[in-house]
Amino acid sequence: MSYLKIDHVDKRFQRGAATTEVLKDISLVIDKGEFVSIIGHSGCGKSTLLNIIAGLTPATTGCILLEGKEVNAPGPDRAVVFQNHSLLPWLTVYDNVALAVNKVFGGKKSKAERHDWILHNLDLVQMGHARDKRPGEISGGMKQRVGIARGLAMEPKILLLDEPFGALDALTRAHLQDSVMQIHAALGNTMIMITHDVDEAVLLSDRIVMLTNGPSARIGEVLDVRLARPRKRLELVTDRSYIAAREAVLKFLYERHRFVEAA
Amino acid sequence: MGQPVLKDAIAGATVVSLPGKPSDVLPLPAGPSKSIATRLVPLAKGALVNLLPPLITIALILLFWQIAASGPQSSLPPPTRIWEEAKDLITEPFYWAGSQDIGLGWRILVSLQRVAIGFSLAAVVGVLLGTLVGQSVWATRGLDPVFQVLRTVPPLAWLPLSLAAFRDSQPSAIFVIFITAIWPVIINTAVGIRNIPQDYRNVAQVLRLNQIEFFYKIMVPSAAPYIFTGLRIGVGLSWLAIVAAEMLTGGVGIGFFIWDAWNSSRLSDIIVALVYIGVVGFLLDRLVALIGHVVTRGTATN
Repeated sequence: MSYLKIDHVDKRFQRGAATTEVLKDISLVIDKGEFVSIIGHSGCGKSTLLNIIAGLTPATTGCILLEGKEVNAPGPDRAVVFQNHSLLPWLTVYDNVALAVNKVFGGKKSKAERHDWILHNLDLVQMGHARDKRPGEISGGMKQRVGIARGLAMEPKILLLDEPFGALDALTRAHLQDSVMQIHAALGNTMIMITHDVDEAVLLSDRIVMLTNGPSARIGEVLDVRLARPRKRLELVTDRSYIAAREAVLKFLYERHRFVEAA
Repeated sequence: MGQPVLKDAIAGATVVSLPGKPSDVLPLPAGPSKSIATRLVPLAKGALVNLLPPLITIALILLFWQIAASGPQSSLPPPTRIWEEAKDLITEPFYWAGSQDIGLGWRILVSLQRVAIGFSLAAVVGVLLGTLVGQSVWATRGLDPVFQVLRTVPPLAWLPLSLAAFRDSQPSAIFVIFITAIWPVIINTAVGIRNIPQDYRNVAQVLRLNQIEFFYKIMVPSAAPYIFTGLRIGVGLSWLAIVAAEMLTGGVGIGFFIWDAWNSSRLSDIIVALVYIGVVGFLLDRLVALIGHVVTRGTATN
């Protein structure tokens, strides 16, 4: 039995008499512990697909099966790391994570256990030092780290990352990518990441799912990235299979599915 | 004060490139050498900069007023005559010599008590109704037009109805405060609720917060800056309304005092009462703003 199954998902938006088809016949099976990236041009429906998996947007037809059971509402088993971090600005870093931990583990763990679990997750993303700061007092990269800690702290079956590093500068982004790789290696989470960054996709993923341009975006190709882990950014630069994977994605995006409307 | 020290330390560290112990240098000279005088001087400077301009303005107004009202044909008293006639009101706000012969401080307190009751009711009901209107499309469609019409009714127009309904001046005055203050609270709360970012709603959905948890963990804190804007407008309007309402209902409040003084032609008393009302209104506004600032700390910055 597959861990997560996206089964013939279509998504259409109805506005008055006009119907726009955003996603067409998306089917994908993801194994436990896999890191899958979904890549495509902007506006192709990547985020819509992630929201459907998260349950925040309903699929028009088709369904999402998690461990054989249909999921159609949001829940902490599919934690989301949002693109713009979505931390609550009136809560401290600690309280932002605590909100999730207390809600998810309120009945299952004692107060002390929950406290330790919050600190453990903050340490995991190296944010233990800023636990009493508010989101307004820390940098964008730090906010995203806290967002990841909040997601991880829910102990989700799947962690969904919606362009998590899109708003960060290149150096910060590299740091966070390394952190995510370390966490994935240590905890073995199943993760799905939306991205439009080819290098990021190749570096982090076991598989890269490439979407064609919208409207009616389909899965164009799925690329297996057969690079040994742990992966080192610098060593990969000259690695042949890395270059080949990168080339494959670039060719898909810029030769076969050029984004005509762009610029 | 501390900056040159810091600069020296950094400069020293880079030039000599000691093996990474700048903390040895840092804490030495700063701190204790600061005397109380050096701390007080900038504080006094700040107070002077902020207080001097309004004081000059007041002095100029008083001077102009004195000149303008000093003529033999003048119908209003100049400041010097007010001081002569109403000195006891200015210097002794809390004297007590019988049921109607009391200091303006006491009268203000009575008025404030009415405002406190009416405004508190308006705040609670206003936030709840505003949440309903902001949260539900159907409540907006049904209630918003009614609110928009009712909020334009002047406070005093409610008074006869409210006197007829309550048959007593005290609850009538409180009702007028309530009905005056509630509209800005409702409208601003509704706007605040509507402006809760979708991101926060998504977070709540992923966490499966229930309605009550969503209300006090996400809605209220997120809408707090808007709510406090509404409360601030509301408290200002209440203070405007109480004076007018008390003129008509009588009793001990500051509003009735003005009416009473007018009937016995004590213009100086009226002017002193106006100053009291203005100062208290200003303080009320600042108080709500201060509470809002403390409660919503961090909310505005994202």
